[in-house]
Amino acid sequence: MLIKTPDPIKPSQITDKQQYLNRRQFIRDTTKFGMAGALLTSATGLILPAETALAGTKLSTVKNHEFSTDEELTPYDAVTSYNNFYEFGTDKRDPASRSGKFKPQPWSVAIDGECMKPGVYDYEDIIKPHQLEERIYRLRCVEAWSMVIPWVGIPLGDVLKRFEPTSRAKYVSFTTVMRPDEMPGLRRDVLRWPYREGLRIDEAMHPLTILTVGLYGETLPNQNGAPIRLIVPWKYGFKSIKSIVKIEFTHKQPKTSWNISAPHEYGFYANVNPEVDHPRWSQGKERRIGDFLKRETLKFNGYGEQVAALYNGMDLRKHY
Amino acid sequence: MAPSGKKPLLFLACSIPFCLLIYNGITNNLTANPIKEITHFTGEWTLNFLLITLAVTPLRKITGNNALIRYRRMLGLFTFFYACLHFSTFLALDHFFDWAEIVRDIVKRPYVTVGFTAFILLIPLAVTSTNKMTRRLGNNWRKLHRLIYLIGVCAIFHYLWLVKADILPPVIYGLILCLLLALRSPRIKFKSRKT
Repeated sequence: MLIKTPDPIKPSQITDKQQYLNRRQFIRDTTKFGMAGALLTSATGLILPAETALAGTKLSTVKNHEFSTDEELTPYDAVTSYNNFYEFGTDKRDPASRSGKFKPQPWSVAIDGECMKPGVYDYEDIIKPHQLEERIYRLRCVEAWSMVIPWVGIPLGDVLKRFEPTSRAKYVSFTTVMRPDEMPGLRRDVLRWPYREGLRIDEAMHPLTILTVGLYGETLPNQNGAPIRLIVPWKYGFKSIKSIVKIEFTHKQPKTSWNISAPHEYGFYANVNPEVDHPRWSQGKERRIGDFLKRETLKFNGYGEQVAALYNGMDLRKHY
Repeated sequence: MAPSGKKPLLFLACSIPFCLLIYNGITNNLTANPIKEITHFTGEWTLNFLLITLAVTPLRKITGNNALIRYRRMLGLFTFFYACLHFSTFLALDHFFDWAEIVRDIVKRPYVTVGFTAFILLIPLAVTSTNKMTRRLGNNWRKLHRLIYLIGVCAIFHYLWLVKADILPPVIYGLILCLLLALRSPRIKFKSRKT
């Protein structure tokens, strides 16, 4: 049998991230410089402590039961090895294997636009005042696969209010970091960089929308959008922008990367909707990672009760 | 070694991708989404073998080595073999024989339509690949097997129409196909054949 479901993995069984990355680096070095060279580079790595040692730090969280699903979790290994993060490459394995050089700390986020308190805020300034929550959400990719992930984050709305958006703030736009030296996928213009996403202000303020800093109780691995990313569980995964360096309150609907790339395929709203197919493939079903058979896709990814009201009176075929 | 003596070696070489797939399956190394990985892997190798098969004639022309023709049938049949794996992955693993869904996919999704067309067109070529059929069809055999050019074009569009944003790989495949077809033109001449 070719198809094997990975066994559930305890955090204690998982190889330390740094060790894991070193192994990748070791393999790369072997192919580049031969065995002797690889041994040399790994030896220097042992002497000089790596700067990315922060990744994988335990976070203290409270569980949010109100919004969490009790569905079976997608194993940690799958969540952190099968990713779309084009800044590291377009293959699903690229983000995990090519993000070793990325430095998620120190980090700051620029807050700009229609608000009373714009400025550049350190990661700590943004996160510290809030209680981290664990929220188990479904994630539905536009490519018709899905996962169930225990995120760690804070309601985005709580953060945004601190910057006192004005009445002109109708939308929020987000931008991903652009570091060609650490993100090899940026060498090619597969999308128009930097990656940009956006939400209507009421979507951004919705209690389900979270600013995410971790998964499985630890800080985010680089491939999952370290150190700070968005999670909007009722929208296709590409809306949940990773490694955010800029948040801007805008009056007009912001431009978004996939919409620029293929406007008739990826709309601004991108709500999960089995009734509106992607022009090239069906969105009626999805394969939950680890499952053999596909399952029906739920409208708003199953969060309709909480979010359908946001779209009252809107034609979701037109506003896909 | 006589050219025919190299055939078992070629057979083994052509089986390597398949063995790799089995090995990666057993060692749980087909990503978190193995069905998609198998689909992509078998699809890519179908295309690789299609282009390798199409390279035989230009290579013969360039090198003047006519013995190469002996290997073309095996390469063509391996193209068909990987195409069968690819298509059965679609039927059995991806859709698990959900015929309504399969038909809808073939009819509604242009990339599936052209991929399916390419696969169907490969069948008569595989069936008529025996010595007996070659003899029986005579000159019609050559005409029939020109279908491979159309199949190649279908395969490229199958790939091109399914990628999300990174069109570079299918474009590279497309350019190689164009080159291999152009080299067939009688206007392009190389040095005379070896005796």
